[in-house]
Amino acid sequence: MSTSARTAFPTNWWHRAAWLAVAAYVAYAASRLDFTWARFTTGLGQGARFLDRMFPPDFARWELMLKGLVESLEMAILASAVGVALSLPIGLFAARNLMPAWATWPARLVIALSRSFHPVIVAILFVKAVGFGALAGILALVVASVGFVGKLFAEAIEEISLKQVEAVRATGAPFASVVAYGVLPQVFGRFVGFATYQLDSNLRNSTMVGIVGAGGIGGTLFAAFQRFDYDFVCAILVSIIAMIMAGELAANWVRRVFVQRGRVDEE
Amino acid sequence: MSAGEAAAAARTWRRFTPAQRLARFAVYLAMVAAVVASIRHVEVIPEFLYDAPEQVRDLLARMWPVDVAHYPAGVHDALVDTLHIATLGTLLALAMAAPVGVLAARNVVPVTAVNLAARFVLVSSRSVNSLVWALLFVAVFGPGPLAGTLAIAFRSIGFVGKLLGEALEEADPGTIEALRAVGAPWFAVLAKGYWPQVQPAFWSVALFRWDINVRESAVLGLVGAGGIGMALDTALNLFQWNRVATVLAAIFIVVLAAEVAVTAIRKRVL
Repeated sequence: MSTSARTAFPTNWWHRAAWLAVAAYVAYAASRLDFTWARFTTGLGQGARFLDRMFPPDFARWELMLKGLVESLEMAILASAVGVALSLPIGLFAARNLMPAWATWPARLVIALSRSFHPVIVAILFVKAVGFGALAGILALVVASVGFVGKLFAEAIEEISLKQVEAVRATGAPFASVVAYGVLPQVFGRFVGFATYQLDSNLRNSTMVGIVGAGGIGGTLFAAFQRFDYDFVCAILVSIIAMIMAGELAANWVRRVFVQRGRVDEE
Repeated sequence: MSAGEAAAAARTWRRFTPAQRLARFAVYLAMVAAVVASIRHVEVIPEFLYDAPEQVRDLLARMWPVDVAHYPAGVHDALVDTLHIATLGTLLALAMAAPVGVLAARNVVPVTAVNLAARFVLVSSRSVNSLVWALLFVAVFGPGPLAGTLAIAFRSIGFVGKLLGEALEEADPGTIEALRAVGAPWFAVLAKGYWPQVQPAFWSVALFRWDINVRESAVLGLVGAGGIGMALDTALNLFQWNRVATVLAAIFIVVLAAEVAVTAIRKRVL
């Protein structure tokens, strides 16, 4: 009788090698990026001073802050409205199960281009094109919305059941009716999910594009940082987070209105 | 036809209850009101818009020809730094998010106070934009890739931790019960019961986040947190638009390559 006991979980040498490789990479990358322990500990001391200067938050300039926040909110609302409205047709054109190749390729190219740059970089280009201010920010967020909602909407359409579409087609319905009665009812719930998610995301980004001069609270925040006005920075951050959380609650509420309980199929 | 059938035939059939219809109408009304109010209040100078085509033409003329010669000296190193920032930041986030995600899962750690505390950590990480995290870390650690890496890591904790927690809560309780029944300690249940079930989801989330982080790390340099954004910022401040074009092209190619790589890995491994 053999005495060698079987181990339930034998050593996986590939896993160990992978962990070793990760550790080696971390060491290499950290040295390349010049991370040192001394720097880290100095930073912690700085961090304590920084936090000390942030508290208590200074809400004395609340009018300036409110103006920036309201502008950010308006930018997010307008950009979401325009962006979602634009991504409806673009997403429809990009769906490969409904459209011929000559329509899907350009639509997919538009979506891919809109997605490839961070909204802040797009905002830089729009600041050059239409000048400083909210308009540049709105346009940048519209581009971001088209990229995100357009892509997901196209994917949602590609996953629908074609039986209903065929049924509507079989009655001799024109293309617009096929879309309205065969396609839209199947994707509406998910589309509401994408749109509310995008409103949320636009709200987050609308507070940031101001860093490059595209309107909203970001400009005020960046200026306060550069003047080392850390208690004002803290006040701005607190109000941004409050606004974003309120936005998230509103988005959840909208989703609950449109998507029936028990079949929430959002991303 | 009986009276009851006649009443049924005459009844108007509606898909939604009055309360549902009212709620939908309220949402539509609120949306329209918000858009109208925003249009009326937001400060947009239309004169700037008339000028836009000319400005865009000017921008393109200044960007062309792309300053390719600038790439080896001024862009390449920054680009590689950006990739390292994104990768290191993601790894750091995975290491920090895994315990928080476990603590947030109600079935793994059945202590409500711990769950709520973990969820609070995740929500705060997510509600601060990575650029704001970068600004904070630049103020603390000074300009450079350390601030960028930490910003990426802290922003990603919320994302990875939330999805990991949700995956854990959806885990099939069968194997867990079997392990508990043989008296396996808590950590063994986690490592041999939960982990094999959530592993695919975890790696898929990690890949997805890495892809996002490559995009995000490209802009962190605008606030001084290292990487290619610094090169972009310098070129912008000096109005060297043909160098800006080089940087943008480099970012575009890297982002595209990252997406292709993630798709390929996902198809092959997961």
